[in-house]
Amino acid sequence: MDQSYIIPFVKSVQNVFETMLQLPVQVGAPSLKKPGSPTYDVTGLIAMSGDVQGNVTLSFPTATAERVVSLFTGTQLTKAHEDFADAVGELVNMISGGAKAQFAGKQVSISCPSVVVGSDHHVFGSKDLVCIVIPCVSDCGDFAVEVAMKASALMATTQTASAVA
Amino acid sequence: MKILLVDDSKTMRNIQKGILAQLGYTDVQEACDGLDAISKVGAFAPDLLLVDWNMPNMDGLTFVKQFRAKGFKSPIIMVTTEAEKSRVVEAIKAGVNNYVVKPFTPDALADRIKETMARVVAA
Repeated sequence: MDQSYIIPFVKSVQNVFETMLQLPVQVGAPSLKKPGSPTYDVTGLIAMSGDVQGNVTLSFPTATAERVVSLFTGTQLTKAHEDFADAVGELVNMISGGAKAQFAGKQVSISCPSVVVGSDHHVFGSKDLVCIVIPCVSDCGDFAVEVAMKASALMATTQTASAVA
Repeated sequence: MKILLVDDSKTMRNIQKGILAQLGYTDVQEACDGLDAISKVGAFAPDLLLVDWNMPNMDGLTFVKQFRAKGFKSPIIMVTTEAEKSRVVEAIKAGVNNYVVKPFTPDALADRIKETMARVVAA
């Protein structure tokens, strides 16, 4: 995967948590995710389409998610609360939106977020996409942003034609 | 002053409602998407609208176009993750008066609201 797709997510996750939660996030070295390996217990998911295609997940252990959501909403919320998933969805929405704005010269749309709550779940994307895990450390606990994407077929063709020309 | 918050995220509406309350604005109604907002603007007649872009059923840009097509003049602040310059231009052309990119600090949103209302008073 093009490295330029990862850096925007690193910057965006730090910006979202710092701005909305006043929570600094340290980002570790991104690594390749093994196919089929589980994410954490709570996952927010956004699909991207247009010049770039793929999906982005924000995944937390339950206790971390509950601490982060409580900080974000200003109210103590557990995973059972009806507003819990909404808050996780809004976080992944802001992270994805902030990242796509850094894809210079690319037209990209993002979907409305979906949220999965449940331990040992798996997120399967398109088979031709490699998934990169961005490990994150915060005072609320560890979590991860996972990015699986590529340039769309049309965009790749255009880039190849430009390179040849 | 009557304010309509249009955002599919209840969390985001609550955050914005808290900031509005700190500014002294408590006459606030909420809509969960553009379609819901269209159904409320007639009876509520908001003096200011804060509108998200990406929402199910009817997105914020479509709502803004329909709202303006119906002849409503109230100022609209788009509050969205859509940060690209082309998107901002698209929104302004559709009838948006001001723009706030998520994530935002309470001060940033408060400043945009004050700025927008000051422009209305000056016009």
